[in-house]
Amino acid sequence: MPDPGLTLDRVIIQRDGRTLVDISDHVAPGEVLTVMGPSGSGKSTLLSYIIGTLATGFDAAGRVILNGTDITDLAPEQRHVGILFQDELLFPHLSVGENLAFGLRASAKGRAARRAQIDAALEDIGLAGFADRDPETLSGGQKARVALMRMLLSGPKALLLDEPFSRLDTERRDQIRALVFDQARAKGLPVLLVTHDHADADAAGGRVHRLE
Amino acid sequence: MSLRCETTSARARFLPWAPLLTLAIMVGPVVAGVLGTLAPAFGYMPALGGDGINLNAFATLFDWPGITRASTLSITTGIASNALSLLLVALICAAWSGSRAFRIIERMLSPLLSVPHAAAAFGLAFLIAPSGWIARATSPWLTGWDRPPDLLILQDPYGLSLIAGLVVKEVPFLLLMTLAALSQIRTQQARDTALALGYSPVTAWFKTVFPRVYAQIRLPVFAVLAFSMTVVDVSLILGPTTPTTLSVQILKWMNDPDLSMRFLASAAAVWQLALVAGTLLLWRLGEIVIAALGRRWVASGARGGATRAIRALSLTAALLSASAIVFGILGLLVWSFAGFWSFPDLLPGAFTLKTWMRHAMNLWPIVTETLIIASASTLIALLLTLACLEAEERHGLRPGSRALWLLYVPLIVPQIAFLTGLQTLAIFTGVDANRTAVIAVHIVFVLPYVFLSLADPFRAWDARYGHVARALGAGCDGVLWRVRLPMLLRPILTAAAVGFAVSIGQYLPTLLAGAGRVQTLTTEAVALASGGDRRVISVYALSQTALALLPFAFALFVPAIVWRNRKGLRHA
Ligand SMILES: Nc1ncnc2c1ncn2[C@@H]1O[C@H](COP(=O)(O)OP(=O)(O)OP(=O)(O)O)[C@@H](O)[C@H]1O
Ligand SMILES: [Mg+2]
Repeated sequence: MPDPGLTLDRVIIQRDGRTLVDISDHVAPGEVLTVMGPSGSGKSTLLSYIIGTLATGFDAAGRVILNGTDITDLAPEQRHVGILFQDELLFPHLSVGENLAFGLRASAKGRAARRAQIDAALEDIGLAGFADRDPETLSGGQKARVALMRMLLSGPKALLLDEPFSRLDTERRDQIRALVFDQARAKGLPVLLVTHDHADADAAGGRVHRLE
Repeated sequence: MSLRCETTSARARFLPWAPLLTLAIMVGPVVAGVLGTLAPAFGYMPALGGDGINLNAFATLFDWPGITRASTLSITTGIASNALSLLLVALICAAWSGSRAFRIIERMLSPLLSVPHAAAAFGLAFLIAPSGWIARATSPWLTGWDRPPDLLILQDPYGLSLIAGLVVKEVPFLLLMTLAALSQIRTQQARDTALALGYSPVTAWFKTVFPRVYAQIRLPVFAVLAFSMTVVDVSLILGPTTPTTLSVQILKWMNDPDLSMRFLASAAAVWQLALVAGTLLLWRLGEIVIAALGRRWVASGARGGATRAIRALSLTAALLSASAIVFGILGLLVWSFAGFWSFPDLLPGAFTLKTWMRHAMNLWPIVTETLIIASASTLIALLLTLACLEAEERHGLRPGSRALWLLYVPLIVPQIAFLTGLQTLAIFTGVDANRTAVIAVHIVFVLPYVFLSLADPFRAWDARYGHVARALGAGCDGVLWRVRLPMLLRPILTAAAVGFAVSIGQYLPTLLAGAGRVQTLTTEAVALASGGDRRVISVYALSQTALALLPFAFALFVPAIVWRNRKGLRHA
């Protein structure tokens, strides 16, 4: 039986012959691996390799294995790896509820059933009744919660976080951080956290990998 | 490449070919047309008994007494209108960019741009004619005229009214291109630095910003130069008559029932092409000279001044140029409803619906035809453009700066030079001149504009939305249809409106590809020019303008309504 969790097997990413990222590691379910490094060191690049959206111009080698399945050659939408960016990137043309419905896999069938699931999800994040709101009219903390829930509804098997807390004020930050880590732990998801903030790393409590 | 899209469906397999197909559709007819012009020009047209290579047609051309005048006119109108427009645009930007007046000017651009050339030319003609609005407004109290004076203001032999007509239409176009360039290169800092060094605003702009902006708008400037050297519809309305400009003369020879005149017409079209190439070269030399002088000017450290004088001058000129179109259209409106209107009354004695009523029935099929052609060519151009841009995204098929030239090929190669050849080819290969042919030729001109107007917003879209959508389980098509295109609704509709307006305005392509049998508002309006019935002309020119403006209103209001509850897209 292969190890559950997210395995990075000698992942090396180069640009113009210069090595940006060189990492081999295993993140167990519920564990948080924090990746730190100066700006431009390749943290976001590593995450885009894992979700399968690495820009052309990079040379990348190494395998990404999720719960024993090699996902390196899969299309992004087949990898079941969720990502949160610093910006919430809620689709501006969709309502809050439609944003969540975008995340909810089509395997959840029936309009009424999907709607009920979305209402329940909104209630979970303390935003009951927000389904028809324009995402642009939400506060930063509310947007962050919607983005998190949208990702969770897509049924990810791993979480990638690209400085998702850095835009929030201190109080919100603690709150959202706790929410994310609690959800990840509860669902037993391996988490890769990219951050500049030592407080994030401390809160995550896991190991820290440094990129030069 | 890295995005790994599904590649098995027919549509997905077509996508990598989209750029090539688009190129073929856009540049193919130009190349074929130029060849179709070259062959008969050098005597080769077997169907008419020409199967050798000779220079007879050129000999006839250079024996034509009007050749020197027509050639000179082509060069002078082209250079004068292009230089004037460019100077005016540069002065406005130098003196006013960043101000409130500038934002007002920006907002007036789209409607001014969408007014078709022919309508703007008619409007101007009705303003400046001896019996036009300007003469009426100043008579008799200022001029002493109580009859229209016997002056050759319109269609003057020097082409001055033609130049004026071109300038009013080219200023908005070049300004739009300049604004696009300004938004790409960050100019504020350079200018502010120069201001801090004690340069006056206008001088600061010319010394620090203009050289970089010009490098970006060079191709549009070339396009404008080639266009104004060879324009036919504006020239038929405002240009000199004896002799006419070269392009108008070529059209006359083309329409001669004596088919052997096609040798002469083709030779003249080749000569016109050579004139354009030569003038572009001359312009390029001018650029080098001005750049050298400019370097010395920069090195001189002169701080400049006269800011207020230049501000006043440029704003006056800009207002004059804009009002020529605005009052021109207003004049058309008044004429179309005018009853009896004697000189020098400023307004008609009575207003009546008679002209509109009388022409409503004739107008209807022509409006329909115009709409069908514009919709079809715009839709196809839009689909091809989106396919190209999406192929660029999925397969990394990004055109280099050299490929950008190709977009300008249909805009720089004069229409008259390749459309004559296309018509010749069509006649002797038995291809029917019909609506389909007109649509195909319109696409050649609509495509570059649609592409140019959509490419920047499409590429500027934040790709992370796509990454998020894919991480959430959407495929490449899902991202395109469910996220990207809806978010880009406004720029897509704007690009469509631009394409639509371009198609509506086409005169020569409609005339030659349709062999005179496909009637659009533009061909009909221009055909009425020689008759001189201002009321009827106004009805046609106004209908033409309305049709071109409508999609811009659409592009403004549809997103505003569809996304009325979406703050994040209000300014997108
Ligand atoms: N699409 C791209 N094309 C070219 N170079 C890129 C691209 N994306 C990133 N880079 C380069 O790759 C390097 C790594 O970028 P990356 O975004 O991964 O850094 P980062 O560690 O996330 O930095 P930050 O902390 O500022 O977010 C940088 O030098 C960046 O300039
Ligand atoms: Mg980053």
